[in-house]
Amino acid sequence: MNRLLIKHARVVDPSQRLDEGLDILIVDGKVARLGERLEDKDASVLDAAGLVAAPGFIDIHAHLREPGFEYKETIASGVAAAVAGGFTAVCCMANTQPVNDCAAVTELIRSRAAAADLAHVYPIGAVSKGLAGEELAEFGEMVQTGAVAFSDDGKPVHNSYLMRRALEYAQLFDVPVIDHCEDLDLVAKGVMHEGAVSTRLGLRAIPSAAEDAMVARDIVLAELTGGHVHIAHLSTKGAMEMVRTAKARGLLVSCEVTPHHLALSDQAVADSDFDTNTKVNPPLRSADHAEALIHGVMDGLVDCLATDHAPHHADEKAQEYDVAPFGMVGLETALPVTYDLLVLKRKLPLRLWIQLWSTNPARLLKLPGGTLKPGSPADITLLHLDRTAVVIPEKFRSLSRNTPFGGRRLRGWPAATIVGGRVVWQRERR
Amino acid sequence: MSFQPAQRLRSKDLVGIDPLTPEEIQLILDTADQMRSIAERPIKKVPALRGMTVVNLFFEASTRTRFSFEVAEKRLSADSLSFASSTSAVTKGETLIDTALNLEAMQPDFIVIRHQSPGVPHQLAKILRSAVINAGDGAHEHPTQALLDALTIRCRRGTLEGQVVAIIGDLQHSRVLRSNVLLLARMGATVRVAGPPSLIPIGLEKLGCEVHHRIEDCIAGVDVVMMLRIQLERQGRMNFPSPREFYDFYALTPERLKLAKKDALVMHPGPMNRGVEIDSRVADGPQSVILEQVTNGVAVRMAVLYLLAGGSGEPTAH
Repeated sequence: MNRLLIKHARVVDPSQRLDEGLDILIVDGKVARLGERLEDKDASVLDAAGLVAAPGFIDIHAHLREPGFEYKETIASGVAAAVAGGFTAVCCMANTQPVNDCAAVTELIRSRAAAADLAHVYPIGAVSKGLAGEELAEFGEMVQTGAVAFSDDGKPVHNSYLMRRALEYAQLFDVPVIDHCEDLDLVAKGVMHEGAVSTRLGLRAIPSAAEDAMVARDIVLAELTGGHVHIAHLSTKGAMEMVRTAKARGLLVSCEVTPHHLALSDQAVADSDFDTNTKVNPPLRSADHAEALIHGVMDGLVDCLATDHAPHHADEKAQEYDVAPFGMVGLETALPVTYDLLVLKRKLPLRLWIQLWSTNPARLLKLPGGTLKPGSPADITLLHLDRTAVVIPEKFRSLSRNTPFGGRRLRGWPAATIVGGRVVWQRERR
Repeated sequence: MSFQPAQRLRSKDLVGIDPLTPEEIQLILDTADQMRSIAERPIKKVPALRGMTVVNLFFEASTRTRFSFEVAEKRLSADSLSFASSTSAVTKGETLIDTALNLEAMQPDFIVIRHQSPGVPHQLAKILRSAVINAGDGAHEHPTQALLDALTIRCRRGTLEGQVVAIIGDLQHSRVLRSNVLLLARMGATVRVAGPPSLIPIGLEKLGCEVHHRIEDCIAGVDVVMMLRIQLERQGRMNFPSPREFYDFYALTPERLKLAKKDALVMHPGPMNRGVEIDSRVADGPQSVILEQVTNGVAVRMAVLYLLAGGSGEPTAH
């Protein structure tokens, strides 16, 4: 019998509307009891005085790059980064090589994740075979192997007929279709947000209308089909307004926003003198869009936060701005970036911040976890919310370092990550 | 508004007009004025950069700008060598950064770079010890062009302050536009721009200019008309219908030029598309200072090289 007793934690569990000083007893990988002054002489004890214990944080949007791009990230390095960032579970996108568009690849991902044995990994299958946007992938076989949602992320499902059928067919398995929304004709090879900054910098630019147009289409199709569409990395105020209206009308539309779209704006491209680590898709928008996203979070309109962790090798990022690939890593900075901004600066209640990273994503994709109710998996994120530290990319567990947050001083860091009752990561004490 | 020229440039590089103060711009123009006199001597050469090496890295086709830099370098007695992208290692798959680091290992003092991607000079300036001079980066900046345009206006008018300058053409793809607007606005001139609405980037007015759709509205009463090249090679045919229609609505013709002040200067950064954005009667007419711009280009580039090399005072005395 494997027993762990977490002592003196401030337990914040939105699923039980719980926020009080409690001990947590874990037996055989499950939460056994929550209570004051618990004792168990067979259990190993973890003193969590000064820490917050929350249901394990779940990132529903990460690129772990394996198979095919192991020089950027492997499943093993990706989950090491995840647990060091406070995540107990990650969902990985399908744009690998080969694409995760069949059960064999889903199975490979699951077995590599099992071998790494750190965070849970839930594969997201491709909507279309080879991400080609032409033929529907075998949703059923992938669901049976462990896929939890479908997405062609990295690109949109451009063909509206295919998107319609995907939203219909996915209902057989009660899973959402996650769309990366951009109208590629409007994108027109743009590399940053279109606005005064792109005009000044002379970079080809992506209008917010490119995202708005595709979100509008997806909402129309959600209504047509009754299917669940989830908008990945929503980044515009227009899209946020459309989601607001769609939800008010009772449609099955949900959305996530990323830490970088909340915390940064297109000004970062200029301020960094064309640092390619600011290049991401969707692009860092102007400050008015970021503000609208923050309001969306505060209003409860945003279903969850997600990193869109997108590792790239330093050699790939050391290119011309318009040539370098889109994407930034996020697993190891997501917590402090969002805590510092949302809870400290914007006064989002701690409970809601935790909900956005744990309870909500679990419910959205029907994943185990997101709660510390007795009987649930002992996936727990311990948070040291008073810790202030500087982001040092060289210390990342991820194989890649492409972050625009290097050197930032942030408050609110993970202290330890517990998966299935096992402490899989703990910050070294100095 | 009047500025005391700065004593020296703060940066080791010239990546754009944007980082320059009015005082620094003044310093470059004043120095260029002195450089102009060198070209009028029988021996057009001073030893200011003797023993220094300049690498001209041109990743994009250029005749005028590259030759202008080369002439400037030779007149300052620098040793210079030029690469065009077709002859460099880039065609063998070497990355830009590696190319630059390899060249720097040969210890040049200056790297003059033209590149189709905005920001490349900035990226290189961060990692190289050499002084990086931007000779045009995509649609971003072309600082020495704006400086030579300013020098040309100043030579003719005595000052930039209070001048009303119209800039017309393909506003979307023009680095000349961006650098000129930044410089002229910073030096107290008024800038008006005009172009097809489908070639006007969002927020252009925030650079410091009035934006018009019709050339007629833009050039009424101005002191200077600067035409931009329509960059047919940078765009498909969705942005505007045809060069013919562009001529109809935007070309600087003798009739349209009459709307400007009687002695308004006509400028063009070259290469001109005659019969598209500018009528030959205007390009070759009495108000045209287009070839003076080219002459001043050498003086401005000499000034920039001289100042970045740490020069001050009298470059012409030795």
